[in-house]
Amino acid sequence: MTLLNRPLPATILVVALLALTAYGVSHFPRSIVVFMLFQASILLLYFARMPSWLKGVLTAGTLGVLMPVLGSINAYYLEIAVQVGIFVALALGLNIVVGLAGLLDLGYVAFFAVGAYSWAIFGSPHANSIFGGGAFPLAGWWFFVFLLVGVAVAAGAGILLGLPVLRLHGDYLAIVTLGFGEVIRVLANNLDKPINITNGPKGITPISRPPIFFDPVLRALGIEAGPNVVYPLYLYFLVLIIVGVTVLVNRRLEDSHVGRAWEAIREDQTAAQAMGVPLVRMKLLAFACGASFAGAVGVLFSAKQVFINPESFTFMESIGVLAMIILGGMGSIPGAILGATVVTVLNLQVLKGLSLWLNELRNAGIEIFGYNLANLPTQLEPAKYERMIFGLILVLMMIFRPQGILPARRRHRELEEPR
Amino acid sequence: MDVDLLIGIFPQVLLDGIILGFMYALIALGYTMVYGVLEFINFAHSEIFIVGAFVGVEILLGLKAAGLLEALPWVLVLLLILAAGMVVSGTLAVVVERVAYRPLRNTPRLIPLISAIGVSFFLQDAIRLFESLWNNSFNLVYPTIDALNHRFEITETIDVPMKSLVVIVAALLMLWALHAIVRRTKVGKAIRAVAEDQAAASLMGINVNRMISITFLIGGAMGGAAGVLFGIQYGLINPYTGFIPGLKAFTAAVLGGIGNIPGAMLGGLVLGLLEAFAASYLSLLTGGAFGAEYKDIFAFSVLILILIFRPKGLLGEVVRERA
Amino acid sequence: MRLARLRLVIASLVALALGLPMASTADAQSKGTIKIATQSPLSGGQAALGEGIKLGTQLAIEKFKGPLEKAGFKVELVPFDDQAKPDVGVANAKNVISDKDIMVVIGHLNSGVAIPSSEVYREANLAMISPANTNPTITDRGYPNIFRVCGRDDVQGVVGSEFAAGTLKAKSVYIIHDKTTYGQGVAEFFKADVEKKGIKVLGYEGTEEKSNFDPIITPMKAKNPDLVYFGGIYEQAGPFFKQAREKGVKAKFMGPDGMDSSDLTKIAGKTVVGMNYTSVAGPVSVYPKAKQFAEEYKKKFGKNPEPFAAQAYDSTAIAIKALEAVTKGGKAPTRDAVTAAIRDVRYSGITGSVEFNANGDPKTALYFVLQVASDDPQKWGDNKEVKRLTIAAPAAKK
Repeated sequence: MTLLNRPLPATILVVALLALTAYGVSHFPRSIVVFMLFQASILLLYFARMPSWLKGVLTAGTLGVLMPVLGSINAYYLEIAVQVGIFVALALGLNIVVGLAGLLDLGYVAFFAVGAYSWAIFGSPHANSIFGGGAFPLAGWWFFVFLLVGVAVAAGAGILLGLPVLRLHGDYLAIVTLGFGEVIRVLANNLDKPINITNGPKGITPISRPPIFFDPVLRALGIEAGPNVVYPLYLYFLVLIIVGVTVLVNRRLEDSHVGRAWEAIREDQTAAQAMGVPLVRMKLLAFACGASFAGAVGVLFSAKQVFINPESFTFMESIGVLAMIILGGMGSIPGAILGATVVTVLNLQVLKGLSLWLNELRNAGIEIFGYNLANLPTQLEPAKYERMIFGLILVLMMIFRPQGILPARRRHRELEEPR
Repeated sequence: MDVDLLIGIFPQVLLDGIILGFMYALIALGYTMVYGVLEFINFAHSEIFIVGAFVGVEILLGLKAAGLLEALPWVLVLLLILAAGMVVSGTLAVVVERVAYRPLRNTPRLIPLISAIGVSFFLQDAIRLFESLWNNSFNLVYPTIDALNHRFEITETIDVPMKSLVVIVAALLMLWALHAIVRRTKVGKAIRAVAEDQAAASLMGINVNRMISITFLIGGAMGGAAGVLFGIQYGLINPYTGFIPGLKAFTAAVLGGIGNIPGAMLGGLVLGLLEAFAASYLSLLTGGAFGAEYKDIFAFSVLILILIFRPKGLLGEVVRERA
Repeated sequence: MRLARLRLVIASLVALALGLPMASTADAQSKGTIKIATQSPLSGGQAALGEGIKLGTQLAIEKFKGPLEKAGFKVELVPFDDQAKPDVGVANAKNVISDKDIMVVIGHLNSGVAIPSSEVYREANLAMISPANTNPTITDRGYPNIFRVCGRDDVQGVVGSEFAAGTLKAKSVYIIHDKTTYGQGVAEFFKADVEKKGIKVLGYEGTEEKSNFDPIITPMKAKNPDLVYFGGIYEQAGPFFKQAREKGVKAKFMGPDGMDSSDLTKIAGKTVVGMNYTSVAGPVSVYPKAKQFAEEYKKKFGKNPEPFAAQAYDSTAIAIKALEAVTKGGKAPTRDAVTAAIRDVRYSGITGSVEFNANGDPKTALYFVLQVASDDPQKWGDNKEVKRLTIAAPAAKK
């Protein structure tokens, strides 16, 4: 750690590690372990002390160049990166509501659903069954308009939820938001009659993707790439931009008077009101802001998946996002990012990798302590117990590092003091 | 619209709703006990509850295999599995508290909530692991006890089975017992003191940790009993079955005013009646445009409405808000 | 000796950590490894069904891998847990296509997961054979690499209604479904067709409820239908039928192939004796192959097959047949070749003879209507065939 505090050795170390691990991934494209080392080097980059411009350049280089290159070697890694991005944006949005304003929201995924369905309905032929005619799907470029529509609709839903619950505190708020989340999901599951709006459990497909407007540029550069190659990269960069904007907005908000007002409400509502914080406006703003990010990524999610149905928007997803920000450190932007990354990587990569690895050990018939793994009964198959391990990790994290991995500085002080 | 039909099924729907309501109330008692003392949503209560159901079914299957199920009087069997379920679930709740919640006593309230969610995930698949090694199957079916399936016909169209009466009687008994413990005994007084102010209670010579353990023991035991009755009432259980009823029961507890024991009972009844009437009548009243699938929307909308007008639940919170 | 074994273990652990094929364990004449992946929920609420798919595949691989191994290939199963979540399924799918040894995917359980995941398989032209996705959209998209051995909702619903009108002579019916793609899908087609045949639909309800069906049964009992049709899976239908009969509903019961599990009688006991269900899997009592499958499954895993396990078994058998054709003469298989070869496979298995049409549906689907014979789960195999119907796959709607 001391090495990381001195700029020059830190820079050299981090660059060397990034280069080495990236080379490692290109050499062993199937190795989860090597890819994790690469991810760890990115984390190290965050911790290393170096001039901020240099850090910016290195981050941009890693995420903008290295990651896509590695992603084109193994598409699975790019998919993980895209999903990490989606969950980072969701976590940052929820961080505003829960982390900054202290309003416990257990139905956050509802806003994600609202965004996703807004593009899914109009970006697919499904809208024809509502409005008649054959005007739909809308052309691909509408996708960019719908990013804003998604923001607006989700923010509207946020205010809609915020209005009735202004008087509620703590766990009453939690249960109402939980109810709201379920209501949105059940509505999505049921609104195939009397008017078919969401097509119910059967879901909506095919959903248009944004057009490859830079196709002429690619051709001019002599790159002949089919949509199968372009789209994952394209979506990756879109996610990167959305996450970038989200981080920027979050940072500006945090240090603005609005952010301070939210934190004041979180710490002591009565005192905040006495100091002249407009409670109603600030709470509604928190709900709307938090929801709007979810709306934007929702639009992107539906374009990425090409198909959506209500199964993606269950209560468990809300809980998952909440776990991310608490794991990362409540109210902290780097914490939310790291929390989302850790949980997603854990779920999609580490636990899956572990199961596959154990499965290969079985297939190879390796003996451990004289016990042949091929004889392992199917009841003990590792793939079945991923959630159990995740639960265990959650508990252990909370016990040994309750402030989260990267706690917010202000929050940190508060935790040190006895309640 | 067939008005005769609408009126004709009314008593039966009312009865359905009351039975469901008592079921929710039974589970809600466990949430409310713990919340009343620690102001903490014990998310893992749904798994503690379903563990009780698994204990019950294991004993019943064991008795059946030994040929004793028919031989023993049904009341004895019922009491036996209820007691076993209560002991195991209560112990489990105490262990969970000791391992996963106690180290987090003084952290912000969201931290134990996440820990509880972790416990919930862990327990679900741990039950599954255990049952699939033990039974090679984790969907377990309660063997039928004929006496409990006996139906009392009130009129030609309205009837109520014995097992539902057992649920109602058990719920009322447990409510009464819980009330008596909390209000009339020394332990209850100590628990109330801990709920009021942990520091002051400890200064008065109350062992706070022990009181909290006892609270979890009682809450868990209530959950275990609810689990056994749930299994008898509905038949099929698996490790994931507890989650949804748990969520509903928690809603019921909030509806009645969380931390408030009679409130949990009232909240359960209101929720049960709402669900029953929504599921039975929506489709009939709207000509099929909306149906039973909207019952949860209906229940949650009413919940939101009630909380707007009574932000502390129907009967209000017992816990005082800390300044 | 012990040291050598330890070294072997460490070497293979390192090899696995680096994602390399395990050279140390493969024998000298091996031409490489062929992997068959399954994707289905192995954890969470739908794990029992997802596991059935995995175990069916496992059994088929063990049974049919002989010729491939003789030709010098190692055949392995790679089970993935999609957790019934679309995003997890898609991430797994990307992982699947990045493993060049995987030649076929058997899956998924949920159409909601299968549709976005199959977009990924299509990028790599990797064949997916579905044992359970009955949603018409799956094959109506006309992707060359997507196949299914199970029926389609629009066919199975009609088969059910034919039987209700023709054999049962029902005058009125009450329809319940489970609000999933599968259950609602088949219930909708059933409803449309019974209405066409002039049967009165007294009620049509969806519910996600798993335990307490009282509020749905009360109006049903009051309306007194001739037949109750449940579009869904036995886990939900079992408690429903049991509670309905106990509450005094006198109607006949009926359901789709989600009922085809001995657990149905374990749950509902004598209340489902005599009920009918439709299935593409032939009754064990008539077909020696089906009987053999059920016995082997039970022997290996200690339990009766779940619904869709037989379909997974057949899917795998078809995949292995295609692989055999492709590797003839010791050639290494490619995904393109395997996908093309599956289309040419003619296979007669436990779910009837399968031959795929241009969309990847079986050209003709042979449906059985079966009747539950006994309340003893051990005698699920005695279920009688009461009718059989052959229906051609409908042309894709554009």
